Amino acid sequence: MTDTLAAKAANPKTVLNASVAGPDASEGMSYLDSLPRRLVTLYLPLGLILVVLLFPFYWMALTSVKPDEQLLDFDVYSPFWTWNPTFKHIHKLLFDTEYPIWLWNTMLVATCATALSIFASVLAAYAIVRLRYRGAQWVGGAIFLAYLVPPSILFIPLSTVVFQYGLFDTPFALILTYPTILIPFSTWLLMGYFKTIPFELEECALIDGASRWQILTKIVLPLAIPGLISAFIFCFTLCWNEFIYALTFISSTHYKTVPVAIVTALVDGDVYRWGSLMAGALIGSLPLVILYAFFVEHYVSAMTGAVKE
Amino acid sequence: MQGSNLMTDVALKSRLDKRPIQEPTSWDRLKVNKNWLGLWFMLPAGAILMLFLAYPLGLGVWLSFTDAKIGRAGEFVGLENYEWLGGDSTFLLSVFNTLLYTTVASVIKFAVGLYLALLLNERLPFKAILRAVVLIPFIVPTVLSAIAFWWIYDAQFSIISWSLKQMGLIETNIDFLGDVWNARWSTIFANIWRGVPFVAITLLAGLQTVSPSLYEAATIDGATPWQRFRFITYPLLTPIIAVVMTFSVLFTFTDFQLIWVMTRGGPVNATHLMATLSYQRAIIGGSLGEGAAISTAMIPFLLAAIMVSWFGLQRRKWQQGGDND
Repeated sequence: MTDTLAAKAANPKTVLNASVAGPDASEGMSYLDSLPRRLVTLYLPLGLILVVLLFPFYWMALTSVKPDEQLLDFDVYSPFWTWNPTFKHIHKLLFDTEYPIWLWNTMLVATCATALSIFASVLAAYAIVRLRYRGAQWVGGAIFLAYLVPPSILFIPLSTVVFQYGLFDTPFALILTYPTILIPFSTWLLMGYFKTIPFELEECALIDGASRWQILTKIVLPLAIPGLISAFIFCFTLCWNEFIYALTFISSTHYKTVPVAIVTALVDGDVYRWGSLMAGALIGSLPLVILYAFFVEHYVSAMTGAVKE
Repeated sequence: MQGSNLMTDVALKSRLDKRPIQEPTSWDRLKVNKNWLGLWFMLPAGAILMLFLAYPLGLGVWLSFTDAKIGRAGEFVGLENYEWLGGDSTFLLSVFNTLLYTTVASVIKFAVGLYLALLLNERLPFKAILRAVVLIPFIVPTVLSAIAFWWIYDAQFSIISWSLKQMGLIETNIDFLGDVWNARWSTIFANIWRGVPFVAITLLAGLQTVSPSLYEAATIDGATPWQRFRFITYPLLTPIIAVVMTFSVLFTFTDFQLIWVMTRGGPVNATHLMATLSYQRAIIGGSLGEGAAISTAMIPFLLAAIMVSWFGLQRRKWQQGGDND
């Protein structure tokens, strides 16, 4: 059987309509493609898109280790590679600027805001899906709508609110406002996960005399761990990525997060600033990329799960 | 014999020890009342969303009807802010920029994203790794990749200008962010670059649920690749396309980070989006009322975009195995 298939693949004429295998053929028929054809319709465009998608990161990493004299002189030194990398820019960044503090601020704010959001979302999602109190469906819809409210139409009134509550220029301004972006998303995601847990398990526990809290912590949460990880990672990434609130609510350099600090405090008039700027961008992205590398599947399921519901 | 006696004793004892059945008190009833429990379970999320989302949203609309400045509560001035904005050429330019930015970026993101998803859905070596790599631009914080683009678009030392000069395609450096239309296309490109992975990976998740046997059947019936895409892939994908594009349009329309890092709205306001203009007027310029009016003016556009993609591409019954609607 395999032989005949291979023969058919080798000789397109024997197959009914061998030239049809366009880019949308899925696994069922892809054996019909010949290698040269796949090269042109598949590998070439894919390679091109990948190069465009990854080039900025390559350029970022390369710039951050290039010595000063190679940084701007493309004609003497090849711009696409360097044979004598230097850690000067990274050293300058870590020891001559407040970068470690910014990194710590970002980590602190992201962790606290994520933890707070996950706690609130677990309770809310469980109540909406399983307690089904009066009006739960409407609340579920309202939470989805809250997800669609973008930060860029909220930051002006929110800045006055933050000021009124006395939170301006403290990390709490961010820890308390980030959940407004995170809670709707993670509640929506966790609702999807909780729905897949069989009712019967909870009914058994209820008959055995468990309270709702016990059911949540001892039955539902252990079964929803993949969902919790997805929600956690996605929330953490969103926090790390957030810019406009951090830019508006924090004014002292000491409390800034990495994205804001790089733009406001690291950009100076130096011609060679690009080295340390790129090093800052690279180091600021690394924690997320590492986290992502370990949890790719959870990340993808978070992204698609929230969209599919 | 003795064993069974013991067992009956134990059984009886425990029966006798049991407390008399109590009428459940109203507290006991309340403890299992789902509305009462629901209230407590919703409290943390509800409090945060009320205090920091619903209240500011209302406050924003109210501020847009006042002449509030930073540090001074405003007075109600009716529609004055909006009337003023209606005659403000910078604001009208920012509306034009925002519409251009959103339309062009969303259309290209959709096209390239769908194409990339179709490519990734093919039989490929290292498929999982490829998919993981494609998503990286979406993981890295926007500001940090925007800074990389800022460097790539540098007026003097742009690697793109240099490469094109080496290839002999251009004579002088391209001024990516200094020229009005160049700046617009450059920022749109950066936005597309960042948005494509999201569209591609979510559409790929949708594509993977389409059964290969449908394509086989269509091929046997003599369908061309385009027909297979048009009559199998596209209809089965519309629900997910609708949601993905709603999100994509929403986030592109309200984009702030990319523009703020790369151009701050310049040159001569050519890349100001409504979000960046509202930041400039409200936080830097101090006129909260006017900034709030610009933000509030975004809401109708957003609602329209959501409506179009939501109702225009709504889930059809036959897509879930029901009758044709």
